[in-house]
Amino acid sequence: MVENDRWGMLLSHLVLILGVAIVVFPVYVAVIASTHPPGTFVRGVMPLLPGPNALENYRIVISEGRSTAGTPPIGGMLWNSFVMAMAITIGKLSISILSAFAIVYFRFRFRMFFFWVIFLTLMLPVEVRIVPTFEVVADLGMLNSFAGLSIPLIASATATFLFRQFFMTVPEELMEAARVDGAGPMKFFRDILLPLSVTNIAALFVIMFIYGWNQYLWPLLITTDPEFYTIVMGIQRMVTGGESEPLWHLVMATVVLAALPPVLVILFMQRLFVKGLTETEK
Amino acid sequence: MQTKRTTFSNAWLPYALLAPQVIVTLVFFIWPASQALWQSLFRQGDAFGIRPPSFVGLENFAALFRDSHYIDSLQVTLVFSVGTTVLAMSVSLLFAVMVNRMIRSRDTYTTFLVWPYAIAPAIAGVLWWFIFNPSIGILPYVLEGVGYDWNHRSSNTDAMILVILAAAWKQISYNFLFFLAGLQSIPQSLIEAAAIDGASRSKRFWTIILPLLSPVTFFLLVVNIVYAMFDTFGVIHATTEGGPAQATNILVYKVYRDGFVNLNMGSSAAQSVILMAIVIVLTVIQFRYIERRVNY
Repeated sequence: MVENDRWGMLLSHLVLILGVAIVVFPVYVAVIASTHPPGTFVRGVMPLLPGPNALENYRIVISEGRSTAGTPPIGGMLWNSFVMAMAITIGKLSISILSAFAIVYFRFRFRMFFFWVIFLTLMLPVEVRIVPTFEVVADLGMLNSFAGLSIPLIASATATFLFRQFFMTVPEELMEAARVDGAGPMKFFRDILLPLSVTNIAALFVIMFIYGWNQYLWPLLITTDPEFYTIVMGIQRMVTGGESEPLWHLVMATVVLAALPPVLVILFMQRLFVKGLTETEK
Repeated sequence: MQTKRTTFSNAWLPYALLAPQVIVTLVFFIWPASQALWQSLFRQGDAFGIRPPSFVGLENFAALFRDSHYIDSLQVTLVFSVGTTVLAMSVSLLFAVMVNRMIRSRDTYTTFLVWPYAIAPAIAGVLWWFIFNPSIGILPYVLEGVGYDWNHRSSNTDAMILVILAAAWKQISYNFLFFLAGLQSIPQSLIEAAAIDGASRSKRFWTIILPLLSPVTFFLLVVNIVYAMFDTFGVIHATTEGGPAQATNILVYKVYRDGFVNLNMGSSAAQSVILMAIVIVLTVIQFRYIERRVNY
């Protein structure tokens, strides 16, 4: 603090409280809407205080779903999202830590070539090459499967770079000592490198889990079977699926359930989240 | 590129370790991208296989730039990206500067500001779509009180404002964290020195803090443009679906529409190629800047 500035601090607090209120507002409205009976949304403006129907609404979305709009019960969609997010996260982490290990600890032909092949994935987000990627997955018979939902998304240049960066800072002596003691490369990897990387793995895990959970366009394209719908794309079907006005109380209950897992991950692992976010983007 | 001073020697192990990632990259990234390049040079055959695809060179690209819908979409993307970037960055800079002045309450405010990062773009879109719903939403009701008739189903401007708000709202957390980290790395002694010389708070902000933040600001500028151009598909698709009258039809949404709904493969492939070129340029800018930052 440079000078004592009471009014300035007060003003800052006011601005921040107002800002936080604006940032929280959309979610507050969603939570409120999910507690009201259907009748509320027929007449007049949406209320700002909780209604009496919370348990009923959540029971309906979890156990029954909206068969008329073609959306299955939420339970299954939440499970699909979870499996997809975990498969993407674990897949990304394992293939990138292995390739970073190869690139840092070995010298071999075409090393630079492989490095550039991995680097290229940064430049080709799925949204820009969507049609041909869909065709490849369809040709491989991977539509409507968890393999199709996750494998095409698991190549990650950022995770490879982060692990490479980290391996470069691991002291040379560790590897020399391991070699003197007769450890082969895989033993060195398992017993020394992997335990050292735990914090980095955890930080990346948080970021990638959120990335995987929030996938939208990809599941939308390659799942036509409601059994494989994920929750984030399921909401879109609830909003535009029916012919009448969407059933807002059920849509908002679903929104709350869909947003809860990644938000909880961030709130409970904030330190790892910040570390993962700031380090992957370097 | 460096390796360790000493390395393991093994004839096949490094290739085996790289294989999973390289195979996934080749099959799902490089191959589809080259398909898009290849298809963009052809006019597609008809659905019955009577007329085979014919080579047309750069005709698909030329057709795009003659197409007023594509030019419109370029303009819409420009407005949308600039709007989202400016809004998301200025609001989060304001928050970061304010939070940086706090001591005890810093962590509490940070917690309240970071979680929107976890919300999927599609869900962010639905949330704002609901608040602005013309018949039951709260904001149209308030706006009506001041004499503005909000309707994003018919007004182009209203629809654009809606998607910009939703897209920027989600990005605030990200920018906030980077700005806060940048502010905390500015040496306190510089600010104290300026204060002793009599520089006011706002003078210190404009002449010391903002210039020292410029690396972070530039980095975020690129990241935000990439976000607005490529990661906001969900915001558009879950709410306006490009409408009304193409008013929010951004480029990534148009690629999807032309490929999967209108089934115009040649044109969609050409659009993909243009988008790839844009991403490549932005990535190169970002990396060149990082090289520079390491040395400065």
